[in-house]
Order: sequence, then structure tokens, then C-alpha cells
Amino acid sequence: MQSNYKILYRKEVQSFFNSPVAYITLVIFLLISAWFTMSTFFLINESDLRTLFSVVPIVYLFFVPAITMGLIAREKNSGTMEFITTLPFTDGEIIVAKFLTGLTLIGTALAFTLVHLFTLLIIGNNIDVGALISGYLGLLLVGGVYTAIGIFGSAVTDNQITAFLISFLIIFIFFILDKILIFVPGFLGSIFQFLSIDYHLSNISRGVIDSRNIVYFGSMIAFFLLVSIRVLEMRKWR
Amino acid sequence: MIEVRNLVKHYGDVKAVDDISFTVKNGEILGFLGPNGAGKTTTLKVITGYLSPTAGNVFVDDLNVLDDSMEIRKMIGYLPEMNPLYHDMQVYDFLEFVARVREINKNQFRSRLNEVIALCGLNGVVHKNINELSKGYCQRVGLAQAIIHDPEILILDEPTSGLDPNQIMEIRRLIKNLGKEKTVIISSHILQEMQATADRMIIINRGRIVADGTVDALMSDFKGKTRLTLELKNADEAAVKKLQSLQEGVLLSQLQTKDGILSAVLEYPSEIDPREQIFRQIVKNKWMLLEMSRHKTSLEEVFRNLTIEGGDDAK
Repeated sequence: MQSNYKILYRKEVQSFFNSPVAYITLVIFLLISAWFTMSTFFLINESDLRTLFSVVPIVYLFFVPAITMGLIAREKNSGTMEFITTLPFTDGEIIVAKFLTGLTLIGTALAFTLVHLFTLLIIGNNIDVGALISGYLGLLLVGGVYTAIGIFGSAVTDNQITAFLISFLIIFIFFILDKILIFVPGFLGSIFQFLSIDYHLSNISRGVIDSRNIVYFGSMIAFFLLVSIRVLEMRKWR
Repeated sequence: MIEVRNLVKHYGDVKAVDDISFTVKNGEILGFLGPNGAGKTTTLKVITGYLSPTAGNVFVDDLNVLDDSMEIRKMIGYLPEMNPLYHDMQVYDFLEFVARVREINKNQFRSRLNEVIALCGLNGVVHKNINELSKGYCQRVGLAQAIIHDPEILILDEPTSGLDPNQIMEIRRLIKNLGKEKTVIISSHILQEMQATADRMIIINRGRIVADGTVDALMSDFKGKTRLTLELKNADEAAVKKLQSLQEGVLLSQLQTKDGILSAVLEYPSEIDPREQIFRQIVKNKWMLLEMSRHKTSLEEVFRNLTIEGGDDAK
């Protein structure tokens, strides 16, 4: 007997890759990230993936909400949410399977950017492979947090545009926390810094995989997924 | 056996279902009849676990929806209102997905799929995308999805809405066949539908049960009756209420309009003709009689009267 997660996940991924939207978003993601990565590459004649690692989180700002906006909102809108929640799935299984679907798509997008990595490996020398691996791990973790936020944004509404905007807003807040530190008083500063994505990502991107950072990403994902499950359950009591 | 016990469901301030109780025996086809917005769909959604009751509970055998929703969902095949389907999926993929969730293994699936295809008349569309199908075929896919795991309980919410007459006939025949071995709850706002398929009917209006009985019983209960409609001027409601004691009449409703006209509907066994006595009473009371008409009631009318505004205030 297959697990419910696997059944749902398989269906989700299958239907996502059946739609042209998947390919369009992927192509846009790759075009933008490639442009920013490779333009400096030719300009300053330097082989460096650091630009990629700093550009992708910005592209994520739009890319992740675009991927996640339909995952739940569309099902609510078309009524299939009623169908799926009256099958023997728990709400948790539904949310987690949707999350994994979103993460798979982001993983797919990241996998395509490996082209840049291989280019550098071939033509460059003196490359820190460890930092590259941890850099990609960092991108995947950030993608995970953003996807969890996107799932939440998609769960609170049945309109995909609204879902996109809500997700974008929340992601953007976490994105700029690190950049507005100079404007906030000291005691808030350390809280803001700890909550900000960039702070934790920068450690990992430098090649330092610290358990504190991993715990941060893990708990962010868990938090937003748990809230999404609660939101989904709220339909019963409205 | 399904037992709905004192079920209440509020949406904010709106009482969608207001304290209803009924049971459905194994192997029974129960028709759930009522006008739009009466609370049929809400009740079904509580049974299937999509909504939780505000108060009360639903029992299936010794399980209940508050604690054992998952177990109950496994026993139920459900066709929701509007029949939501994944329109970007192929019929085959869709049924395979449902079969997996329903814990049907690969070998069983082949034979089960063929049975369901034959039963629901899905020949030739299995490898089509659902969005290419006509509404009638979509409805069959919805039905196929609901019965693929051979559930003990089948819940169908307005299964024939939006279909043409031929398709309706087919779906009804299908439901009737399925009902031979399963417990079926089917909701509708169309009376003929119930006459054609259900063993027993529950008529629900504004969140309350207004009639419950076998289709035949309800038919004979109301068929052999006549209705007397009166329009009176200068009459007062309390006195009109007394009219029903003249002969074995029942006052079904009375309505006072602005210009002092009171209209009342009384019901009598068909062998009684109360018109003469009523008229005398009216003369005695010095009311102005504007209209008095007598007609036999049909089941359709019963339904309309049971569910019309003011119908249950007069009782």
C-alpha cells in the first residue's frame, strides 16, 4: 500500500508538469538568474557563483509565490478541495504533499542553474566545491521556507492573485528584515536579525553549515506548514 | 446505519441546519428533498467530514464524525454538489488516483476499473481529458469516482443537476441499481427525482425537517386530501384558526396582507366537503368572503406548501 503522501504528491507533480504555466515560470526563472549571473561573468572576467547565490533569493521573491499561488487557492476555487478533503486524506497530508510539490519545482529550477556551475568548473580554476554545495543547500532551504510561506498564502484565499500578493508580502518582509537593521533600536535589531532569512543564508553560502541555521530554516518551514494546516481545518468551523 | 442526531450547523449568524435528527437504515435509498438553501448540502457535508457540526453529531455504525471522520470517509463514496473534478487530468489517471487513495491495489484496479466503466457508461472516454467531456460524462466520472471502492455508503448531492432528460433517466437508473446493495443518500430539489429513485424521503426546509416517510406513505398521506383556499376581509386570525375545528380540517397557513385581507389554506380529507359549513361560519362572523376555492393536492404541491414561507408558523 502506498502512503497517502506519495499518492497525492505524485498527482500534484504530474498535474503541474502537465500545464504550460510550469514551463513558462521555469524559463523565466532561468532567464533572469542566468542574465544576472553571467553578465558580470563576462564583464569582470571572473568565475564566481556568488552572484548566482545572491540573485536567486531575489528572483525567488516572485518565482516562489508564482509557483505556490495555485497549489491550494485553485483547488478551493474550483471546488476540488471539497473532493480531496472528503477522501481519506488528513489535512496535514494535503499540506505537506503540496509543500513537497512546490519544493520539487524549485529543486527543478535550481537543477537547471547547475549549467552555470559546470561552466565554471570547466573553465575556472581554484574552485571551492564545498562552498558551492553548501550554497546550493542554502538556496534549497530558502526555497523551502518561501514555499511554506507560499502554501500559507495560497491556503488563506481562493483567489490566486490574492495568494500571490500575500505570499509575496510575507516573503518580502522576511527578505528585508536584515536590510533595515540600521533603522531599528538595538534590542529589536538582534531579534530582526535572527528572524531574517539573509542572516542565516549568508552563513550557509559562505560554506559554514551551522545547526542553528538549519534549525531556523526547519522551524520556519514547520511553522508556516502548521499554520496552513490550521487554516485548512478552519473551513470546518467557519 | 447512519444516524444524524440533533445536528446544528451555523454559518456565522445563519442557521443552515437547525437541530435535525434522522436515521438511514442499511440498504435504504434516502431522498433528501428541499428547496435551494434548505440545508441539504450542509448536512451532507457534515456527514462526509468536510464541515464540523456546530452541535450534535452524526453516527455511522458505532463511529462518529467528530472522532472517527477518517474511518467514516473510507466507508463513503461522495459526489459533491457541482461535481468538482480535476479538469486537467485524464479520466484514467483521475480514477487511478482515487483508486490509490481508496487502497485498491494494481491488480484489483484493472478489474474494478472495467466494472465501473461498464456501470457508468464511460466506454470510449477513459483516455480523454476531463475538460473535453460533456457535462453528462463529467457526472458519470464523478459517479465512477464515488463508487470505485465499492463503498457501503453512497452520498450523492444533486447528482442530476444540469443534465438533459435522457441523461437524467440514465443516472437515476444507475442510482436505483446501486441502491440495491448500498445505503444511498441522494439530495435534490426536484420531487420527481425522489419519486423515481428513493425508498424514503425527508423533506427539509430552512434547516428543519418538515416531513419524513416512505415515498408511498407521503404520497398517500397527501394525495387524498383537498385544500380549501379562503380570502377574507375583516377577519381576525384567531377566529380563522377556529375554522379548522368545524370539520376535520387542518389550517396549513394564514397570511394577513396589508389591505386587511386574510388568506388561509385549510386541508381536509377528500371525502369531506366543508364549504357549506365554512360559508355559514363566515356569514355568522360577518366576514367578507372574497374567494373560496377547493382543489385536490398533488405531491408537488405538498412539497411547495411544506417548504413555503409561513408554512410552519401556522402549524
